[in-house]
Amino acid sequence: MAYASNFRVLTANRLADGRVVYLGDRDWTVDLGAARLVQTNADAEVAERAGREAVAARLVVEPYLIDVEAEDRGVQPVRLRERIRAGGPTTGNAVAGNAATGAARETA
Amino acid sequence: MYRYDEFDHAFVRDRLEQFRDQVNRRLAGDLTEEQFKPLRLMNGVYLQLHAYMLRIAIPYGTLSARQLRKLAHVARTYDKGYGHFTTRQNLQLHWPRLEDIPTILEELAEVEMHAIQTSGNCIRNVTTDHFAGAAADEVADPRPWAEIVRQWSSLHPEFSFLPRKFKVAVTAAARDRAAIRVHDIGLELRRGPDGGIGFRVFVGGGLGRTPMVGREIRDFVPENALLAYLEAILRVYNRYGRRDNKFKARIKILVHERGIEEIRAGVEAEFETLRGGALDVPAEARERIAAYFAPPAFADLPARSAALEAAWKADPTFGRWIARNTHPHKVPGYVSATISLKPVGGVPGDATAAQMDAVADLAERYGFDEIRVSHEQNLILPHVRKDDLRAVYDGLVAAGLATGNAGFATDIIACPGLDYCALANARSIPIAQRLSERFADADRQAEIGDLSLKISGCINACGHHHVGHIGILGVDRKGEEFYQITLGGAPGGEIAGAGSGVGESGGAEIGGADAAIGEIVGKGFSADDVVDAVETIVDTYLTLREGREETFLAAWRRLGNAPFQEALYGGRS
Repeated sequence: MAYASNFRVLTANRLADGRVVYLGDRDWTVDLGAARLVQTNADAEVAERAGREAVAARLVVEPYLIDVEAEDRGVQPVRLRERIRAGGPTTGNAVAGNAATGAARETA
Repeated sequence: MYRYDEFDHAFVRDRLEQFRDQVNRRLAGDLTEEQFKPLRLMNGVYLQLHAYMLRIAIPYGTLSARQLRKLAHVARTYDKGYGHFTTRQNLQLHWPRLEDIPTILEELAEVEMHAIQTSGNCIRNVTTDHFAGAAADEVADPRPWAEIVRQWSSLHPEFSFLPRKFKVAVTAAARDRAAIRVHDIGLELRRGPDGGIGFRVFVGGGLGRTPMVGREIRDFVPENALLAYLEAILRVYNRYGRRDNKFKARIKILVHERGIEEIRAGVEAEFETLRGGALDVPAEARERIAAYFAPPAFADLPARSAALEAAWKADPTFGRWIARNTHPHKVPGYVSATISLKPVGGVPGDATAAQMDAVADLAERYGFDEIRVSHEQNLILPHVRKDDLRAVYDGLVAAGLATGNAGFATDIIACPGLDYCALANARSIPIAQRLSERFADADRQAEIGDLSLKISGCINACGHHHVGHIGILGVDRKGEEFYQITLGGAPGGEIAGAGSGVGESGGAEIGGADAAIGEIVGKGFSADDVVDAVETIVDTYLTLREGREETFLAAWRRLGNAPFQEALYGGRS
């Protein structure tokens, strides 16, 4: 499969809890659909600068750009690794934690 | 089991407070990620795909009911209600928040547990035979020695910045159940010519990118001199191990490049300067630690249990579980029971908090308060009365843990793979799930017999694929997951379930000396095709074997890859 893609998105992990986040228009979001779509190299530089600032501000770690396709069905990462980061483990209901009601706190 | 003394409590508490301060400084901005990363790794904290991961040490795989309940509580309170038991007898939590981890470690310290040295370039958790202290075929319980090695290696100032991680495994049985030949150091407890305890020492085993079977470096080290000898090996490795290339930094590469004779000469020279000195383990210290592992108060029981045999005959499913999931015990009337964490369609090694609590309850009620974790990602109740097996089984049924498949095709080892791991190239768990569904039929599994399937999602080989009878390695090929198959691997030693504790004898004798790295069968398979490929391999074995007593491994050793290649590729591998 060729890495055909028409946009990029800046992703990172949140420092406090490690959750996957994306750079949105104003802030970081856990919702890939709300991520800022990067098209030009200039836009990419702006996004990467925002990533560096967020690292310095202790919000996120290890920001990097990923290729995405933005189509009618929404924003979809090109690479499987990033699709799994966006959607969670692909192990179905067999993941013991899927049905858990534990106190893992999901804060947006 | 070992109990912390005042020093241990202070040691773990001090380390906890140190790490709490480091986490606070990281969150406050006083430490950068570059500064913090090695510190968090030395405390078992990774950053994975979705979240942080905390790897909790379970020294030599031994747990009490209280400890397992604490793990359940931590999983329920600070994570998503489950944990993942690993091939190094540890437990991983896959969703903890960094800001909660010091509190998690504080909770663990209450039950004498920690996560120190579960990552980083240091000496990792010492692993051993999951039937230690119970197995009928052991020379002695190896766990006192695993504990002595743990104490020596914990925060050892000379060995906290090794060229690469370092893993030690110890066994004391005629059949190696700890895969000692694929560890950096493998220790085989044995009796010397004068009847005294000592160790045969192997060095330079390992899996990963360059799989190798360890070489014997010394046939006997007296027990009092063990730490001096280990220190000598570590010194040679620390001095000469390659730090210029991460992929060539393990001791196996040093042994391979320099040769075992040169390494042995260096170790012996170092050993001469160390033996008899401060590292000599006095008899008093050995006895003091061994006392922690004194056998429980076993009852004087007949070897056979009429109640068990009646229940077994009345319920074929229970009978299958007995036949596969029990192991001979050194004391008449007892067995060790394997609790499979491999339900059909499940995630190998995963257990919910409720299941951990259920196992803790069973251990407390029927198993002298002891639980073990096996490197096959199952749990063990090491000491169970045969008379109590039906009650244990019923408890396992209620908890969804009564799969009678130990050592069968569905008892699959799998790393977390690309579903969780930042290093992985391909998924492991979904392949394991589909394979377990494909081979789910109990009669078919029994027909196939002993067969280990082991799956890794990358070359680091956490799923031990190199030593699977059928090994599966996930690779990334131009964005697609592909799976390379190896045949004929063996960790050395008994296959779990090969022979039950209730009068059945099972599979072929496979001693530690028989450890072998699997051979690549041919070109890889897509995710869609790999399950069919494994089935073709199994069907080929069933067609060609010389009777049911010839296991897959024995048949492969007789036949080699050729007939399997023919079946898979039509001679075009």
